[in-house]
Amino acid sequence: MNYHRSQKKLFVNGIKNMNDKDHILNSIIDALKRKDKHQASDSALLKPIDQVLPSVPSEPEALIEMFRKNSDSLKAEFYIAKSKADAKDYLIHLKNQESWKKIASHKGSIVRQIIEPPDLPLYWTDDGYDVHELAKCDAGITECDALVAQTGSIMLTSRTAGGRALSVLPPHHIVIATRSQLVPDLPTALQIVRQRFSNNYPSMISFITGPSRTGDIERILVYGAHGPVKLTIIMIWNDQG
Amino acid sequence: MKSNVKNFKAAALKSSSDLTRRRLILNALRNFEVTRNQKQALFQDWGAARELAAAKKWDAILNLDKNIELFTKKLESNGAKVHWAKDAESARSIILQIIQEKKAKLIVKSKSMTSEEIHLNDTLTRAGFDTLETDLGEFIVQLRGEGPFHIVFPAMHLTRGEIRELFQSKLGDAPSDDPEALTMVARRFLREKYIKADIGITGANFAVAETGMISITENEGNARLVSALPRTMITLVGIEKIIPRLDDLALFLPMLATAGAGQLISCYNTLYSGPRRPDEPDGPSEHHVILLDNGRTKVLADPVACDLLRCIRCGNCLNVCPVFRNIGGHSYGAAYCGPIGSVLMPIIAGIEQWYHLSYASSLCGACTEACPVKIDLHHHLLKNRRTAAKTIPVWWQKLAFKIFNLFACSPVLWRLMSKSGWFLQFFYVWSVKGTCLDPAYPWTKTRELPPIAKETFREWYKKHE
Repeated sequence: MNYHRSQKKLFVNGIKNMNDKDHILNSIIDALKRKDKHQASDSALLKPIDQVLPSVPSEPEALIEMFRKNSDSLKAEFYIAKSKADAKDYLIHLKNQESWKKIASHKGSIVRQIIEPPDLPLYWTDDGYDVHELAKCDAGITECDALVAQTGSIMLTSRTAGGRALSVLPPHHIVIATRSQLVPDLPTALQIVRQRFSNNYPSMISFITGPSRTGDIERILVYGAHGPVKLTIIMIWNDQG
Repeated sequence: MKSNVKNFKAAALKSSSDLTRRRLILNALRNFEVTRNQKQALFQDWGAARELAAAKKWDAILNLDKNIELFTKKLESNGAKVHWAKDAESARSIILQIIQEKKAKLIVKSKSMTSEEIHLNDTLTRAGFDTLETDLGEFIVQLRGEGPFHIVFPAMHLTRGEIRELFQSKLGDAPSDDPEALTMVARRFLREKYIKADIGITGANFAVAETGMISITENEGNARLVSALPRTMITLVGIEKIIPRLDDLALFLPMLATAGAGQLISCYNTLYSGPRRPDEPDGPSEHHVILLDNGRTKVLADPVACDLLRCIRCGNCLNVCPVFRNIGGHSYGAAYCGPIGSVLMPIIAGIEQWYHLSYASSLCGACTEACPVKIDLHHHLLKNRRTAAKTIPVWWQKLAFKIFNLFACSPVLWRLMSKSGWFLQFFYVWSVKGTCLDPAYPWTKTRELPPIAKETFREWYKKHE
């Protein structure tokens, strides 16, 4: 009896959902039929996107300067490391400064060269992890897919940066980037997403701009709302060395 | 219908007489305006950016049939389950069913105005599920048992002292009334909840058709956590959020942040598409996306109102609205407040219940100026007034205009009227002014009526010709 009832309920729900789908699609088609007189706006009169967004310089040095300026105003730390060895030294400096007990990372090729062999407990997220353990880590170290000079953003994905939580759960997020990853603007960054993943997108792509923040109490800016309190970007100048 | 109007008037009167709160709101919004203008100035051409955004969103709406088909196809191929909900009731029952199937106990939610629109929290709480808002502002107003005060700044009407008291009584943890300390209280409290939660519910700012992705904009990182840790992710999307191309986000994301929060770009702009992939270490194992109509196709069918679907819910029209600034968001009594709410509510929720909001505007046009997708908001308000006058005629207004019509059409009567105005004003002042019989009482109870001049304009003109 119960079995029959649940079957019936499922059936009714199935029909109902189908009706909802048809109902919505038909309503859209009906509504759009009457829209013939409404023409799409004349695109010839519109300025293209790169002429309306904040302008970006063309020289590489100026782009780096722009990224640095944006990072500063976002209270993100931007460090240019001469080499991988320098990046490693800087990580050790951060470790001592903040007396990290445990850090988390993923097995990206650049990250691996910098933090191995680890001289402090290292938690890898690649093959699944315990979320309580990850929450206890003092820092999350990830790679990224691009840095955007225009906005000071970092672009990373769930596939290339150790999953969805690594870049947002630990209180300090450290991004290891290379100089070649810096792109001028948002349209270029989105092009990179397209080219890199075209038909096999990761389940999450995130543009991170500064440490987590909120202004929900009297509109006063506070850092570290739910995500990282601190964001450090280490850009390796010479990724061969 | 009458009670809605009455409630609105009473709430508006109460809020506009609360001077301390008005000052708090005005201060916040003035500061916002300064930062927003600075960010707008970074654009090479903000005006052209608005044109472009309006055109792109309009183009998306005109091709909604193709876009929605492509969007669902791509989303499904990414492994998400797509549901269709023609109204709020249907959306609520779909979400409830998913949650019941998962035998969930704790649900975490990131900010979503669409979920406010369908009153999701009420439904989930009544069904016995522990549902927690995670956006700090939403979390605060949820603890207070109210709705959001503003589309983007839900708790902007509260002082830090009030929030401290609230945290003290509800969470038993409020070391000081320093905003940073209070934020940390919420951070600590919610951290465990993300980890424990079985289900994460999010809204959507944009939905990209060509790649089947949901774009969520936030500053706090709560939506990132809501969509990373729970095993099931539910996303509620209004069908007007669908845009055709990924590249369009390069324009929409900075514009949304600039107009909505006075930032060049928000802290986290994240694209989600389906559950975790086999090569990814975390993320939900199921992603349900609910496409909600709830009056949107009705708006689409309307030859004039359809451009309201361009709205990206940045809340900038609220920030600049002199009415909103004085009566606040709660007075509207609706899911969407401010100019956009005043325009939308009569159309999606019924002109009979909500026509009065069309009058909650001075028609100054500040909202239209502020709108990043160039919705002509104040003309929509005017149009709603016309519809209201047609559907809910008021006999004495009709009579008054008939009489005015009579006088205005006859030069003799008009001259007589303008001449006698000077005499009549003495009779008016002597007899009914300021009493309940006064037809202009709502005006005269707080203001003076300017005196009518003895000399009419025609007489003056003749003399100075």
